[in-house]
Amino acid sequence: MLIPVIIAVTFVLFVILSFAPGDVVKTILGDEATEEQIAELKHELNLDQPLLIRYARYMMDACRLDFGNSWTSGYEILPEFSRRLPYTLLVTTLSVLFAVGVGIPLGIASAIKEHSILDYGCTFLVMLLASMPAFWLGTLCQILFCLTLRWLPVSGVGSWRHFILPSIILGASTLATMIRMSRTSMLDVIKMDYIRTARAKGADEKKVLYHHAIRNSLIPVITQIGISFAGGIGGAIVTENIFAIPGIGVMLVNAVKSRDVPVVMGVIIFVTIIVGIINLIVDLICAVVDPRIDFAS
Amino acid sequence: MNDDLLQIEKLNVEYITDDAIVYALNDFSLNVKRGEKIGLVGETGAGKTTLALSILRLLPKKIGKITSGSIKYESEELLDKPESYMLGLRGRRISMIFQDPMTSLNPVKTVGDQVLEVLNLHFPDLSKEEKNAKVDEIFRLVGIPAERKFEYPHQFSGGMKQRIVIAMALIAEPELLLADEPTTALDVTIQAQILELMKELKEKYNSAVILITHDLGVVAEFCDSVAVVYGGRVVEIGKVEEIFGNSHNHPYTKGLINCIPDLTSTAPRLHPIAGRMGDPRIKVQGCCFADRCPNATEKCKTTPPPMVYEGEHGILCHLYSKEGA
Repeated sequence: MLIPVIIAVTFVLFVILSFAPGDVVKTILGDEATEEQIAELKHELNLDQPLLIRYARYMMDACRLDFGNSWTSGYEILPEFSRRLPYTLLVTTLSVLFAVGVGIPLGIASAIKEHSILDYGCTFLVMLLASMPAFWLGTLCQILFCLTLRWLPVSGVGSWRHFILPSIILGASTLATMIRMSRTSMLDVIKMDYIRTARAKGADEKKVLYHHAIRNSLIPVITQIGISFAGGIGGAIVTENIFAIPGIGVMLVNAVKSRDVPVVMGVIIFVTIIVGIINLIVDLICAVVDPRIDFAS
Repeated sequence: MNDDLLQIEKLNVEYITDDAIVYALNDFSLNVKRGEKIGLVGETGAGKTTLALSILRLLPKKIGKITSGSIKYESEELLDKPESYMLGLRGRRISMIFQDPMTSLNPVKTVGDQVLEVLNLHFPDLSKEEKNAKVDEIFRLVGIPAERKFEYPHQFSGGMKQRIVIAMALIAEPELLLADEPTTALDVTIQAQILELMKELKEKYNSAVILITHDLGVVAEFCDSVAVVYGGRVVEIGKVEEIFGNSHNHPYTKGLINCIPDLTSTAPRLHPIAGRMGDPRIKVQGCCFADRCPNATEKCKTTPPPMVYEGEHGILCHLYSKEGA
């Protein structure tokens, strides 16, 4: 499944980049370049070739793991990407862990205590988190926790404390999703007949909850975790820029700004692969939790 | 020892919803003797399931409420007991079989574990081997190979799932079994098998059974006595022979029996009971069946009818009372 996805993603991206306004040659050479210089550089970057041929060439090279060099800065893409990826993965993973660790217990608790103060509080929190964009929430938190209270560093990656705020900001919208999903899912499950069966067997509320309800209610939530993880890598672009984390998000934004096609292409291919792997892992976890999922089918 | 196992006395249950109060059971009274097989017959919404859930005190929280009445189990008033007492009762001394076997088993636990759970809850002193042996035995009794206990519910057919639910209900050898439409969701051939199985196991453990159903055929087949339920009340009660082989019936029971197509006659049409069941949100002044009853008089609409007994056969109707209608 991953290979057709990569081909589709890269092709669409390649076409968009080719037709996007802005000229990479002018960006590199500046406004005072002569006609010959421009023509020479275009030839060097293969930009004088038709689109399909350029795409085919790029993909052939990519298959040999040659993703080329950055047009604007000249660095090799693969090592640069490998150097930056851990930061992004770390922030994204921490953000998902934060969202899952806080969101699922809150969601389940608000389902069990439906219409309680806790439940209404969680609903309020969900609305708040879901409606605040990360760049705005991030800036507000920077002002409060870093500048006013001086609890945390503003930006950079010097120590573990640098990662706290970015992870929370990146995880905020996922947290909202997790609370809402696990609440809804739990409310569905506790109305199920098998929960009534468990009670009729003589199980107390604690056993009903831990032995019967939670595992069933987590099944849809786990699928959502995978989707959120993929979304988190996208969201990292914004968060990394706010907190000056040298991850792939910053790399991608700079490349797009300067029409640096090989960098954009390379980053997107890697991200597609990573998201694919995450989805595979999520599917495997789902199959472990839910016996109705059969590997064979 | 007292012969009465369960005595329900003037039980009233309400469901409080956002729009209205639904009167699900109204002065419902029923006696169940040890080992008795009693059928509870009535149409959907008559309050049959509500009764079973009330006995186990498993009515939906905050919505379902027992407002008055008494449920005595072995002369102990259940409505005064703490939740901890009910935990020991459920699944051990009173168990329940639910209507839809497709949804009444937990999809993520093996069926063996789900049956074993009853033993873990109620017989914590048994050793692991003893428990497993008991599980294997009950699987054999309900006709499922014991090695299939490691499989999940979705790997079984509906009839087999119901066998597993029955295994779960009977493994603790309860004195009372509440069977809430145990065969409704199954097809006819499987129905017969399940009824046969319940009969066998009932003989083996001598449990009393309250069989909730809307199928008169199932009742005639399985039960000693019948309680006909309408509008949250017992409108007629008696031995199976007295109900089916008697000209003295409550008009509603008559209607029910007339609904059964007769194989020997060539009547062109069935005879449904006219009208619909009364709105359960309204408390009725007189007889709850008066609006649909072909024999209704003015008195039926204003005065609640008495339970008129002839031996053990009781009919809740003015027509049969001494003063006459």
